[in-house]
Amino acid sequence: MKWSEFFVTGEPLIYAADVAIVLTIIGIVFVLTYFKKWKWLWDEWLTTVDHKKIGIMYIICAVLMLFRGGVDALLMRAQLTAPNMKFLDAQHYNEIFTTHGTIMILFMAMPFLIGLMNIVVPLQIGARDVAYPYLNALSFWLFFFGALLFNISFVIGGSPDAGWTAYFPLASNEFSPGVGNNYYAVALQISGIGTLMTGINFLVTILKMRAPGMTLMRMPMFTWTVLITCVIIIFAFPVFTVALALMTFDRLFGTQFFTMANGGMSMLWANLFWIWGHPEVYIVILPSFGIFSEIVSTFARKRLFGYKAMIGSIVGIAFLSFIVWVHHFFTMGAGPAVNSFFSITTMAIAIPTGVKVFNWLFTLRKGKIRFTTAMLWSLAFIPNFVIGGVTGVMLAMAAADYQYHNSYFLIGHFHYVLIAGTVFACFAGVHYWYPKMFGHLLNERLGKWAFWLFMIGFNICFFPMYFLGLMGMTRRMYTYAAGLGWTPLNVVATIGAVLMGIGFIVFCYNIYYSARYGERDMTGDPWDGRTLEWATASPPAHYNFPVVPEVTDLDAYWAMKKNGNGYEVKEEQLEPIHMPSNSGRPFLISIAFFIAGFGLVFKWFTLAIIAAIFIILGLILRSFDDDDGYYISVDEIKRTERLARKGA
Amino acid sequence: MGVNNHHETFPWKHIVGFIFSLLLTFAALWVALSSGLSAGAIIGIIVILAVIQASLQLFMFMHMTESDSGKIQTINMAYSFFIAVVVVAGSVWTMSFVL
Ligand code: HEM
Ligand SMILES: [Cu+2]
Repeated sequence: MKWSEFFVTGEPLIYAADVAIVLTIIGIVFVLTYFKKWKWLWDEWLTTVDHKKIGIMYIICAVLMLFRGGVDALLMRAQLTAPNMKFLDAQHYNEIFTTHGTIMILFMAMPFLIGLMNIVVPLQIGARDVAYPYLNALSFWLFFFGALLFNISFVIGGSPDAGWTAYFPLASNEFSPGVGNNYYAVALQISGIGTLMTGINFLVTILKMRAPGMTLMRMPMFTWTVLITCVIIIFAFPVFTVALALMTFDRLFGTQFFTMANGGMSMLWANLFWIWGHPEVYIVILPSFGIFSEIVSTFARKRLFGYKAMIGSIVGIAFLSFIVWVHHFFTMGAGPAVNSFFSITTMAIAIPTGVKVFNWLFTLRKGKIRFTTAMLWSLAFIPNFVIGGVTGVMLAMAAADYQYHNSYFLIGHFHYVLIAGTVFACFAGVHYWYPKMFGHLLNERLGKWAFWLFMIGFNICFFPMYFLGLMGMTRRMYTYAAGLGWTPLNVVATIGAVLMGIGFIVFCYNIYYSARYGERDMTGDPWDGRTLEWATASPPAHYNFPVVPEVTDLDAYWAMKKNGNGYEVKEEQLEPIHMPSNSGRPFLISIAFFIAGFGLVFKWFTLAIIAAIFIILGLILRSFDDDDGYYISVDEIKRTERLARKGA
Repeated sequence: MGVNNHHETFPWKHIVGFIFSLLLTFAALWVALSSGLSAGAIIGIIVILAVIQASLQLFMFMHMTESDSGKIQTINMAYSFFIAVVVVAGSVWTMSFVL
């Protein structure tokens, strides 16, 4: 292969990106060396198994990916603003919508939520870490290097260009030569392994590590939604693993699973993709529901209305989410029986979802509502998400879907559920738990600015898309003729997208501003919270709770505050705390995965095999690893706790 | 925390399970590549081998019989079975319309 094929060439935008990447790397290396931070980076972050730090790293990566995906989005909106634009050509546009979709769902939404899960769940259930801390680090680094591998396709080899759904036969070698779709297959596989392990890890954590007294029916709602999400992950991801493996075989080794010739079946890819894909959209919405539930109940100062109905409906949604997938390809024309069946199951999902909406509304009813930034995001979620849900039910009618399918109406639908659901939840959750993560609050004034800009921009951007869809504009078209009457609404949509971009910038500025001037959280409980994460210091000590709390009620910490002085620790109660040791192996194994993946992408099999040997070596070393962790002495706990109380 | 309970004994179960899994996998490979049977027979045989291997792994690796909460195991197995049937039967049903 020639170097000119290895690096993507000929595009001014790409050259600019090359320069930016090189400068950023030089900058990072320089800063780390100048401030002598390499050891700190290795000891505190790269080898950590602490769920709070892993959560923070997940969120940092997710915000970076939100930026990357957002730039993709703005480029697409720029191209579509006016008819016959020459800003992007067809190929470039294809690549951008593909990376936008893949990155936003798999490398932004999911990691963002998994990051919040990591930080919050062990604290909410009164645990000191997750069940398998080492595995947790491995999950994170696999996600990280999977995302990195996917992102470098942009400058090395060329991006995938067959859509985030990578439908065959388009994604086959025949129609997509080049390495772009190899990146898709391999990078998603690597990060998918990480996700699957996260699912197992948190399932065990929640089932086995709850504080004494916390029965399943006293579990906070966010933890409940994470539990059910884990079940969905465990059952849905293996299907994707297999589908991606078959895709890899087709693309690298010439098998014919999804090709058009030799008995291959292209639609089988779509089928397998959506068996995973529909549960996947619930993987990113259920934890969001959990986040909103926590925030609504805290800032309405009321116990969550209909706790049991909420649990019933998430279990129902999880169950239904596996039997609706065909609604993504009604137009394949699988016959009236199939389409009717999946049409009905799809519409049925609206029932448990509706139950949840009413539960939030009743929680608000007669509450003493405090309009914090986190609460604003949550309140805005309800009506916006309902718009997405209602249009979803419209799409669910198979006959009508022949009209809506793959039009901008569909684009409107899933952005209303994914942005108003998942993205709003991520912002809400970050504002709500920020003091737990960093010990200071995000500035409320800037937070509200970001909220209004983003929320209004979102509606200006995506509401017109429903009408564009009804007017006949189809998704993934890179340009359109003048005189179709689509121009005004497209201009409006682009204005909205710019507003959302400004909102995001304000959010990022807020992180910087609050780090410098933000209000410190001395109490550990800035919002008068109800669940256990607010019982401990902000940020919590490494071991989370000096003494494992006793739970007597659903709103465990609220009950402690009402029946006494909250969570009090007497020094006599302290005992040595057992903690897991750090390990650099997850990081190193994941680098091996990255190199092996890179080798597969370019069919450099020797490289891939050598890296694979290192992966196996890492697994073997782990099997013979006798490190059982270490104990934190009572003296050290006392010292830490006194310092925390003094607010140092 | 992720502390392993140390079993002093050698993990025989795992080794045996591992070897049998390998054997079954290679058997499936042989049947598919060089047995020369008809396509229908090949599919039938590898499905049977797969089911045997899945059950083997459940007992040898997954501690099926060691749990203290039989109820969770039952729900878990029933749900897994349900999903497997949905995925397989659902795919066959839907894809039967593709020529
Ligand atoms: C009331 C609940 C919902 C119903 C009835 C529903 C229904 C549908 C239907 C029928 C389609 C396919 C339309 C077509 O391709 O023509 C669709 C697409 C989609 N939905 Fe939903 N949906 C619901 C909720 C959600 C949620 C909660 C999410 C994610 C958070 C979501 C994300 C998506 C995505 C990403 C697509 C399009 C994927 C693609 O083709 O690229 N939906 N929905
Ligand atoms: Cu769906």
